[in-house]
Amino acid sequence: MSDVLLRVENLRSGYGRIEVLHGISLEVREGELVSIVGANGAGKTTLLLTLSALVRTRAGSTTLDGARLSGLRPHAIVARGLIHVPEGRLILAQMSIEENLQLGAARTPAVQRRAAIDAMYARFPVLGERRALPAGSLSGGEQQMLAIARGLLAKPRLLLLDEPSMGLAPKLVDAIFSIIAEVRASGTAVLLVEQNARKALALADRAYVLERGRITLSGTGGELLHQPAVVEAYLGSHA
Amino acid sequence: MFDQQLANGIFLGAVYALFAVGYTLIFGVLDILNLAHSAIFMASSFVALALVGHGMPFWAAFLAATAFGGVLSVVLDRVAFAPLRARGVGGGALGPLISSIAFGIIVVSVVRGIFGPDEVGYPAGAVVSANLHIGHATFTAIDLSVLVISLLMMIMLSLLLKATSLGRAIRAVAENTKAASLLGIDVERTIGLTFLIAGALGAAAGILIGAQFNAVGILMGQRIELKGLAVIILGGMGSIPGAVLGGFLLGLLEVFSVAYLSSSYRDAIAFAVMFLILIVRPAGLLGKRAARTA
Repeated sequence: MSDVLLRVENLRSGYGRIEVLHGISLEVREGELVSIVGANGAGKTTLLLTLSALVRTRAGSTTLDGARLSGLRPHAIVARGLIHVPEGRLILAQMSIEENLQLGAARTPAVQRRAAIDAMYARFPVLGERRALPAGSLSGGEQQMLAIARGLLAKPRLLLLDEPSMGLAPKLVDAIFSIIAEVRASGTAVLLVEQNARKALALADRAYVLERGRITLSGTGGELLHQPAVVEAYLGSHA
Repeated sequence: MFDQQLANGIFLGAVYALFAVGYTLIFGVLDILNLAHSAIFMASSFVALALVGHGMPFWAAFLAATAFGGVLSVVLDRVAFAPLRARGVGGGALGPLISSIAFGIIVVSVVRGIFGPDEVGYPAGAVVSANLHIGHATFTAIDLSVLVISLLMMIMLSLLLKATSLGRAIRAVAENTKAASLLGIDVERTIGLTFLIAGALGAAAGILIGAQFNAVGILMGQRIELKGLAVIILGGMGSIPGAVLGGFLLGLLEVFSVAYLSSSYRDAIAFAVMFLILIVRPAGLLGKRAARTA
């Protein structure tokens, strides 16, 4: 259909002597939303951290738009447009909301930065109202909005989202998922890691199932949503 | 008498504050105590003295030796801290502490080898010094310059941290290295620049104190090291305004205990007061370590 944006081939990584990812291959095409589902400890977060070079690649390769990412340092990967909104959000709690967004927009030319940040305030009014407050004063859902807004200001070619709905009340989970849908609708490719497999698969163009460091299934979101193995392992107990 | 002591305390405190600001900046960013900071302070003071001895005007020697201190501090980071960082030895570990002590000892030995163990002064006339009067206090033009330069450097540092993109990057790295990386900040470069700034501040303090007392010696680093540590703990670890406040407080405490009590108890009294302050405020005067544990 469309061009491949991110291509991951036989990726291996881990911590110390323990290998977590045993040769992962996957791809994300332009404008696509791809979900990765899997149990706790399957290696989902490690996969994203390896793509961002916070965990070292031991073997295999990653390319974005055909250019090699493996071997680059984390800030250089951000400069290529692979933007990672990490698990636990990692907002800078002591700095103001405005400063968090300034950091997100650091590579936007100074003349356009103000307008870009103001556009985010228009999109997330709750952030605009509190722009001068420390980011740590926001609620969990608001912090997730800030983390996503900060990521979007970095003008992602591909946005990596790690557990964006974690720890949020159901109503906020819906709000976060509709933000993700908007991001995809605006043409930005998204690689989404989620515990909430039902929602993640329902939203995804395509999805992969990760089990103990290996991809065991892949298909469109709809296909996986109705795969008996997936239903049993990841969707069964959820209402 | 009081006016004079107040002035003396402020002049002494300004240098303590300038020294401590660089010290606490490194702690704030890396969570490590840089025990080589005092060696850079001392070595830069000798470099300024040597440059003046070769005929350079004091202001030019000040700038050159301040730059030297900044560069030496970057070398310190590359040699003593960066290799441990790359292996994942983080803040709070003893490894970086020991390697900073080692680097400091090497610097002290080299300086002793080049300049000898004796305390030396500036050549006559190299540092011009007129007497000035405000109220009942008499002081020299150098005292005043030390205060003004220290204050200017501290103001510039807070503006840099508050209002520039480098300052934002430094604060982001200080708060969370991983988050800073994911925001596209070159963490290693930011740490290097932090060492450059901290070293330059420490160097400036050393050069100024050497000119103020007209004495440059191998032991001056050791003499200020523990005081600097006390100042940043008193102010609140990692807090720049805390280091400034703590520096002035220690300067005043020392001067007043000599003036009104006894010079032999100077350090005892100053440090006893610090004890009391820490009992009331364990995180230091402006410390907010508790907020960072979350």
